[in-house]
Amino acid sequence: MPDESPTPEITVTLQVNGAQSQVTCDVRTTLLDLLRERLRLTGAKKGCNRGECGACTVHLDGRRVNACLVLAASADGREVTTVEGLATDGELHPVQRAFIEADAFQCGFCTPGQIMSAVCCIREGHTGSNEEIREWMSGNICRCSAYPQIAAAVEAAAAATASDAAPVSASDEAPAGASGRTPASTDGRPPAPTPATVTASATGKRR
Amino acid sequence: MRPFTYVRAETLPGALDSARTDNTMFLAGGTELLNWARIGIETPSRLVDIGRLPELHEITPTEDGGLRIGALARLNDVAQDARVETAYPVFSQAILKAASAQLRNLATIGGNPVQRVRCPYFRSNGPVACNKRVPGSGCAALHGANSERFAIFGWTEDCVAVQPSDPAVALACLDAEIITEHGDGGRRIPATEFHTLPDVDPAAHNVLRPGELITGIELGAPAPRSAYVKVRERQSYEYALVSAAAAVEVTDGVISRARVALGSVALRPWRLYDAEAALVGLTPGSPEVRDAVTSGFSAARPLSSNAYKIPLARNTALRALELALEA
Ligand SMILES: Cc1cc2nc3c(=O)[nH]c(=O)nc-3n(C[C@H](O)[C@H](O)[C@H](O)COP(=O)(O)OP(=O)(O)OC[C@H]3O[C@@H](n4cnc5c(N)ncnc54)[C@H](O)[C@@H]3O)c2cc1C
Ligand code: FES
Ligand code: FES
Repeated sequence: MPDESPTPEITVTLQVNGAQSQVTCDVRTTLLDLLRERLRLTGAKKGCNRGECGACTVHLDGRRVNACLVLAASADGREVTTVEGLATDGELHPVQRAFIEADAFQCGFCTPGQIMSAVCCIREGHTGSNEEIREWMSGNICRCSAYPQIAAAVEAAAAATASDAAPVSASDEAPAGASGRTPASTDGRPPAPTPATVTASATGKRR
Repeated sequence: MRPFTYVRAETLPGALDSARTDNTMFLAGGTELLNWARIGIETPSRLVDIGRLPELHEITPTEDGGLRIGALARLNDVAQDARVETAYPVFSQAILKAASAQLRNLATIGGNPVQRVRCPYFRSNGPVACNKRVPGSGCAALHGANSERFAIFGWTEDCVAVQPSDPAVALACLDAEIITEHGDGGRRIPATEFHTLPDVDPAAHNVLRPGELITGIELGAPAPRSAYVKVRERQSYEYALVSAAAAVEVTDGVISRARVALGSVALRPWRLYDAEAALVGLTPGSPEVRDAVTSGFSAARPLSSNAYKIPLARNTALRALELALEA
């Protein structure tokens, strides 16, 4: 058994958006609080703090998770990507662009979580139909109910990704395999090519 | 959340040894435990993080043609494993109807059946009568709000809540076994007997002893003709009002074996053994199938405002059977 810390503090080392961070924090700190309060990465939002809304969605070793349900201590040594880490060289990620083009938000509170979830939804290949997108995006609640636009944005980004030679995940973060974890069967299927039947502008107008 | 000591287990024996200390709990995916600690349902003084025990993530074939699922396998990985999808569709479907995509990346298959009732009194922040929170304090849910969601089988006046797990319903239907280890020796627990009914002990949730670690779940012979149906108030990301898991075998045009389990109707997945026996020998699609399923409900007892759950559960079971027969 490794060091049993008698103190309520623990030192956690994380690879966050490509940079190494070391933080000493209360052992009860969640990954969400560590990101927001200690690293000042406030993109991931605290909506419910109990796993119900998805506003805190980040990528842990390349997989989408609710950061409010991860103890920072148990994420020690792992790779985290937040919405702040998606853009490369000032260029927005294709999913970010698709959300803007589809007008897929109103107040914007749920948006970082939606986008982080959508990047994985596309990578996992769960974009075969609008219905499939809605099912696999259901862990992200939108209080403003921008769901039709969100699904359209995911559909458009998936289509753009499929027609693009470079996969979406190539530049935004290290592949899950780099951390020694198999991307597992979620990533085992090729992304289904989605016909761009729903264009962003067609659903971009809100009633 | 009360302060606790955090320990990361590096080996299985180390985890078991570490769990001998009083008021210690295992931490797997954390999707239940963190919420319990926030509400004050549990106040562990020590958490043993088992998340990185290497040997418990695997899915491996067993000698008798089944599958052993390591306790730490994440729900999404289990449900989308090609062997699970083809040999046990009911299990794959039940998992994919649980929680959300991101929760299923955290939640483990070993932690899932250990989840507790969603009763709002049990999950309350303030003090209320709940025998599962404070043994002997009573059951505010018996005549309280939300009683339309509660049990129709096996309840007593001491607890009327239901076990909410979806995967556990499929496991009960498949006669799966939950494999454990403990400092004093492990055992195999039938999935149908894992959860504790209130007539035995209204304060208990399941039969696990303190320090007992689930190492895996074993599925027997493949059940390719099987299906899971979940009825809920919204289409996705919601607990069941009622769910049903069915697995069938058909020989010479008649049902030769049927297994049906209901979810969210009792404090454990509820097998309809009488209905299963009555189904044998019937032709799929014949009107007698409905009567046979109905015969499984003779012991159903509604509460003041959930009588609707009896026909709903019967129809859900019928639909699951139909889908299993079509599979
Ligand atoms: C918003 C939300 C919606 C949900 N919806 C659904 C749903 O629709 N259907 C459904 O089935 N579930 C649902 N869940 C529950 C979720 O599936 C469970 O919380 C999860 O499976 C628990 O697994 P875990 O690994 O996170 O457990 P933890 O939170 O890590 O542990 C839970 C308990 O199990 C114990 N434990 C964990 N692993 C082991 C082990 N190997 N041996 C012994 N004890 C162990 C822990 O000590 C603790 O007591 C939902 C959860 C949330 C937060
Ligand atoms: S803040 Fe994590 S799911 Fe709502
Ligand atoms: S845009 Fe307001 S919550 Fe989704």
